[in-house]
Amino acid sequence: MADEKKKPNRPVPRVDEESRPFWEACARHELYVQKCLPCGTVFYYPRAFCPEDLSQDFEWLRCSGKGTVYTFTITRQNQSSGFRNKVPYVMAYVELEEGVRLLTNIVGCDPESVTIGMPVEVTFEDVTPDVSVPLFKPAS
Amino acid sequence: MSISRKAALAGVYEHPLRWAPHKTQYQIMAESARGALDDAGLGIKDVNGLFTSGVGGMGIIALAEHLNLNPDFLDSNSIGGSSFVSHTAHAAAAIAAGYCDVAMILYGSKWSSDRFAIGTGGGGSGDPPEQFEGCYGPTTVGDYALAAQRHMYEFGTTSEQLAEIAVTTRKHASLNLHAKFRDLISVDDVLASREVSSPLHLLDCCMISDGGGALVVTSAERARDLRKKPVYLLSAAESCAHTSAGVRDITDAAAKQSGPKAMARAGVSHSDFDMAMIYDSFTITVCITLESLGFCQKGEGGSYVQNGRIGLGGELPINTDGGGLSSNHPGMRGIFLVIEAVKQLRGECGERQVKDCELAFCHGTGGTLGLRHSGASLVLGV
Repeated sequence: MADEKKKPNRPVPRVDEESRPFWEACARHELYVQKCLPCGTVFYYPRAFCPEDLSQDFEWLRCSGKGTVYTFTITRQNQSSGFRNKVPYVMAYVELEEGVRLLTNIVGCDPESVTIGMPVEVTFEDVTPDVSVPLFKPAS
Repeated sequence: MSISRKAALAGVYEHPLRWAPHKTQYQIMAESARGALDDAGLGIKDVNGLFTSGVGGMGIIALAEHLNLNPDFLDSNSIGGSSFVSHTAHAAAAIAAGYCDVAMILYGSKWSSDRFAIGTGGGGSGDPPEQFEGCYGPTTVGDYALAAQRHMYEFGTTSEQLAEIAVTTRKHASLNLHAKFRDLISVDDVLASREVSSPLHLLDCCMISDGGGALVVTSAERARDLRKKPVYLLSAAESCAHTSAGVRDITDAAAKQSGPKAMARAGVSHSDFDMAMIYDSFTITVCITLESLGFCQKGEGGSYVQNGRIGLGGELPINTDGGGLSSNHPGMRGIFLVIEAVKQLRGECGERQVKDCELAFCHGTGGTLGLRHSGASLVLGV
């Protein structure tokens, strides 16, 4: 029977064949983006090819986990079941040191204290035993 | 091949209801179809091109069935709220190519009475990017708020300036008997309304209503023999914007790509327009769209919308029907942009009529500014 305590506390990302290496790394609490070897483009979100030249010749780039808040919003209303009781929470784009931006949540601080440009670092939340999602907290 | 002046809007109809729990979605579309055909002086059997969005994957066939039509051309291009602006361009192209000669564009929705919380309900698409977004609690309001916050940071845009857009639009709605919200509001009212997702307040957001509408597009030649003064499609352009592999400037809209193209194709520029219909899902949508279209410089949208410039009697009156902020927004409102522009160009707008209106711009934004969206631009004239 479903144990209430084990119910994921946010929607579980639907891992697919293109994104599996990314999510497997997240499960190890490591953040990766991709870099195309022929054209050098660093890109996010993960996919099976470079979106600049469609090359399948890319490397996974281990991120420092550091970045800054590019923009954010304090969400005060969200009726969907996973978030109804989480408001207010901060959704943000974080610009990684590697140059790409990713959507995330800023955690570990008062939502009202978040500002654009604020230095942040990655932290992971284990949503299920197999899937962890990258979140960001104020840099230590 | 240019489609300029090859096709015309011959009939338009905006369903008067904003709350229709006693009707079905397809009934709203059928009533709208009848209204637009009456406006044009045509009958349902004249229709041989059908366009819609907001139905199921193959819903356009069911719509044809509901109306007992067997059209020669079908298009249910679904790119969000701008879909119907895009349909208008596609209809003109299909007519110019000879694929159909009377095109009907239909929309109907009961998202209000169905209690569909499109703005704050979440819900995912299942498309590839969703796995990197859905777990962070995005909402429609929140996705736009991300763009608003960055715009404020980079350019010093203020909540007061955005509120000005809601205030002006409400003033227009007060002149529209069918508008849902007609009581005047002030900048202070907008700022005092609760914050839904910072920095956007409740009155920065469009409503959720029921409603629908219809457009009849036909050849310029045929339109000249019909009931109403033809409104010609002079040009169109489409675009989309997305996360661009992680480097997109969130303060630019897809309008930046389609707007200048549409104007160049029509051989007109910004100062030529007598009015504009700018999709107003949120106040920030209007601010960023006006900049992206080039009506003002990037970053200057906040000051551009002040001092009556976008109100009736101003330099560029926009959303004279009261927009999605105050008149109606049944989930998608692209069709109403075209309907109001046509009525203005015909001179049928009564108290809210723009004087000597001869050239109008329509721009639809579908999706969200913060994640991904489409842009559809139209230049309409008489």
